[in-house]
Amino acid sequence: MIEVEHLTKRYGPFTAVNDVSFTVEKGEILGFLGPNGAGKTTTMRVLTGYMPATEGRARVAGFDVVDQPIEAKRRTGYLPETPPLYTDMTVRDYLTFCARIKGVGRGERAARVNAAMERTRVADMAERHCGKLSKGYRQRVGLAQALLSNPEVLILDEPTAGLDPKQIIETRKLIKELAGDHTVVLSTHILPEVSQTCQRVVIINKGKVVAVDTPDNLTSRLRGSESLFMQVDSRGEDAAATLGGLDGVTGVTVTEVKDGLTALEVASLTGRDIRSELAAAVVGRGWGLLELRPMRMSLEDVFLTLTTVEADAPATTTEAA
Amino acid sequence: MSNVLAVAHKELKSYFASPIAYIVLGFFALMYGFFFYSLLLYFDRQGMQGGPAVNVNEQLIRPVFLNATVIFLFVLPMVTMRTYAEEKRSGTMELLLTAPLTDLQIILGKFLGAMGLFVSMLALSLVHMGVVFWKGNPEVMPVVTTYLGLILMGGCFVSLGLLISSLTKNQIVAGMATFGVFLMLWVINWIASFAGPTMQAVLNYLSITDHLDDFTKGIIDTKHVVYYVSFITFGLFLTARSVDTERWRG
Repeated sequence: MIEVEHLTKRYGPFTAVNDVSFTVEKGEILGFLGPNGAGKTTTMRVLTGYMPATEGRARVAGFDVVDQPIEAKRRTGYLPETPPLYTDMTVRDYLTFCARIKGVGRGERAARVNAAMERTRVADMAERHCGKLSKGYRQRVGLAQALLSNPEVLILDEPTAGLDPKQIIETRKLIKELAGDHTVVLSTHILPEVSQTCQRVVIINKGKVVAVDTPDNLTSRLRGSESLFMQVDSRGEDAAATLGGLDGVTGVTVTEVKDGLTALEVASLTGRDIRSELAAAVVGRGWGLLELRPMRMSLEDVFLTLTTVEADAPATTTEAA
Repeated sequence: MSNVLAVAHKELKSYFASPIAYIVLGFFALMYGFFFYSLLLYFDRQGMQGGPAVNVNEQLIRPVFLNATVIFLFVLPMVTMRTYAEEKRSGTMELLLTAPLTDLQIILGKFLGAMGLFVSMLALSLVHMGVVFWKGNPEVMPVVTTYLGLILMGGCFVSLGLLISSLTKNQIVAGMATFGVFLMLWVINWIASFAGPTMQAVLNYLSITDHLDDFTKGIIDTKHVVYYVSFITFGLFLTARSVDTERWRG
């Protein structure tokens, strides 16, 4: 539904986006993750036809954003970083104007405006001037604007910024509902948001894509192998040696020995679940199994690893994979 | 065309939602009323004193309109200064540029919106004209051509104002710069009589007011129509270039 190929955007000598490529399938929610100034907004602005790229191409719903901008824009709903509201218009007038320039027919306009206001829960402010709204309402009126023409593609630049916790939950729920019929690209720097709403993540840093994957894969992939944390009461015997000999175990590290309890990290081959074997081995020896849990990097760790390590970060990722 | 009208309608509506439209209309009504009244007193005295036959077209309507054009100098920068500057500052430019609209539709919409306010302002003078036609017996044609000339002249100012507004994010900068450029075009032929023959012709041609003179006499000279229409087109063309450049710069 969205294809981005070797996209590069330079502002004078500064390269904001450097050779970015990715695709988004129909009905998918793609999270765009990166620190401030990573090039998220610039990429989104290119996708929406707000600005042309210096190099590379972007296609939305099969239409090139530079060669067929009107067709591409007709199929895109966009919520910019700052909701683009006319402060002296009422919410209803504003949305009606937006519907009109988005080509919603005269007969349908009122119904579409009402539906969008219902969905984003701003109907109670319909007759209020946009300039008098709180940040949370502005954000949601901006979202209503993006939904108006029922576009195939939604591009949302930090859709939950400025919302209170309850509104954040509602908005995430709304975005999840939208997926399926709509293809959604959303940017954020709130990590739990990505793991909760997105099916796939693009991590971008300093204008370059450093990783594209599902949130789950990203967290396991970066460790290279599956790791389990165990706490065993081995009654004085050498737990590490016994467990290390098991089939599928690639390494055992003793992290702590305290009061007769041994804490271990057991690494295994990727894709192989050895939890039951481990448990059986421990119990078979008559030891006590006090804890057994998979160790995962949180998305936060992944993000920090990928974005704080300098240029060699992508290389590490590929190796690990 | 429907997109152009959508933008024009929005522009016009936002003028009336803000104090701008009322200030513009009020200021024009006040100043125009004053000009009309003072020139009417003067005209009246001339009539009383007898002398050569007085002509209401030549001695009342024409001077009133020529004087009234100076009001445009002050109010039109207020009308155009926000057109692009405000959209850029508040981020709504992003809405317009990512909507399925062409740049030309946006520019024409903004042009028509500003012209709408300008024409409603001009319409206020119909009241005074009504009185003149009721009490006097002026010729109709010169009045019609004067209105045509004024609309064309206003179009030049609006297209230039749009261009200047598209160059900045700051409304005040846009307003002042527009006023400065308008004033310069206004007075440029003052030095014409001191310049050489070629320069004199150029300066007179550039002067935006000079081209209005024939219209107030009831003459539609294609020379002047071409001047005004090409001025408007060029202004809108440069605005389109400016918006496009802004896109690349981001």
